[in-house]
Formats: sequence, structure tokens, C-alpha cells
Amino acid sequence: MKAHLTRRYMFSASHRLHNAEMSQEQNQATYGKCNNPYGHGHNYALEVTVSGPVDETTGMVCNLTDLDGFVERKILEHFDKQNLNVLPEFEREVPTTENLCTVIYDILQRGFSHAHLEKVRMEETMMNSFEYAGDGEIRH
Amino acid sequence: MVYLTRKAEFSASHYYHNPDFTPEENQRIFGKCNNPNGHGHNYTLEVTVKGNVDPRSGFVVDLKQLKEILNREVLDAMDHRFLNKEVPEFAKRIPTTENLAITIWQRLAPKLEIAQLHRVRIYETPDLFVDFYGEE
Repeated sequence: MKAHLTRRYMFSASHRLHNAEMSQEQNQATYGKCNNPYGHGHNYALEVTVSGPVDETTGMVCNLTDLDGFVERKILEHFDKQNLNVLPEFEREVPTTENLCTVIYDILQRGFSHAHLEKVRMEETMMNSFEYAGDGEIRH
Repeated sequence: MVYLTRKAEFSASHYYHNPDFTPEENQRIFGKCNNPNGHGHNYTLEVTVKGNVDPRSGFVVDLKQLKEILNREVLDAMDHRFLNKEVPEFAKRIPTTENLAITIWQRLAPKLEIAQLHRVRIYETPDLFVDFYGEE
């Protein structure tokens, strides 16, 4: 029987929302305070949802140690306590939480093979959150 | 179609062990959760039902009835219990969060008369939860 398992992680990072192709006024109008040249930070919450048949011998969709290990090595170690703007992923893209969501989804999609990736959900603050499921439907 | 979610909390202990595995395999796969004396969690359960709003009552489901079913089928059976030893389904099924979601679904689905069960979500901790949508 298929179940969906969601694990929540936290990391902190800074960013500045700025598009070099826009004028100063356009950047200001588009990003407001987020365009402050020195950047600012958030405590991001990341929720990773995977799905699959529950293994009858273990009772699990996937072993949490595999998921935790992957996220620790490939995501938290990479993004935690970093300035997102200087990371290679955001050399050309603005590090909005929308783009962060898709970048993290792609890392999991490419590298995590122990269960099917359903979606990635990110909270930038307690007041806003973003979800991305690639080509898939988001199920609530 | 309107969806309604009712929340409940219960506390229970469990441990993970498969008698078909060697002690080494049990330890490797289940880690600390294999401690035979068990350990506990404060579980949060969210049950979502769906249905059309009854034009006379304005309800998708009678919450009082849903609460009674939840109390009888889940809380009375599982709150402050050792899941492996006191809930019959877990005599053979390992009481992981996945299996807990499936077991709660199987207990609730046949008892709901009007609204249809949409999702069982169970949080083992605030950082880990499982959703079950029935057999698909």
C-alpha cells in the first residue's frame, strides 16, 4: 500500500533579490526591501515528501536514515549558513524561494533513489510557503 | 465537494522489530527504534473527510459522530498504549508511522457512513508525518 512520508528540515541563509538586467528603479519596484544591496536572511523550513509502497518487512516507505543522510550531505551542508547569491545555482537566477524550491527539488530528483519524490515545500517565513512537484500534481 | 479536517492527539509507545531479521539486521535497519523496551511519541492525527454539504444541516459530516468514531477507534485503542503489545494490528505489522496511518484508515473507513475518508495524516513528531489516501 502506498503512503506519503514528509520530513521537515531547517536551514538559515541570506539572499538579495536583484536582477542585473533590470534598472535600479525596476529592481526597487519589483523586490522592494528584498533588494537591499547587503542582503538579509531567513530561517527556511524545508519539507520533503516522498512516496512509495510500504515495505512489508520494514513497515517503511524508505529508511529515514537514507533520506536524512542525503538531505544533510547534498542540501543542508550546501545551503545552511550561506549567502545564496554567491552559490553557483544562483549565478544567473534570482534566489527567490520559488527558485530555491525548484533547485532543491532538482537535487533530490537527480540524486535520491530510495523512494519517489512527490514534492518539495519551503517556508521562507511563517507567513509564506512555496511548493513544487516538477511535472506532478500536488496532492493535499 | 467540501473537505473537513478533525485533529486529535494521543501518546503511545512502540518499537520496531521484525522477527524474520537477525538481531544485526534489526539493529542496522531500525537503529535506536529497535530498543525492545520501546520509546514513545506524542502523535498528532489529522483526519480529513470529504463530501457534499447537506442542504438542511449545512454539514459535510456530523462532527459529533466523527469525534465519537475517532475516540472509539483510535484514542481508546491507542492513547497511552504500547502499540506493539496492545493494538492487535501490530502483533504482526511493525508500528511505523506509515503502518499507523494505514491502520487508522482501515479502522475509520468502514465506520464513516456519510462523508468519505479522504486522507489520514499522522505526525510522529513535528518534523515527520505520513499521509495515507487509501488503497490506490
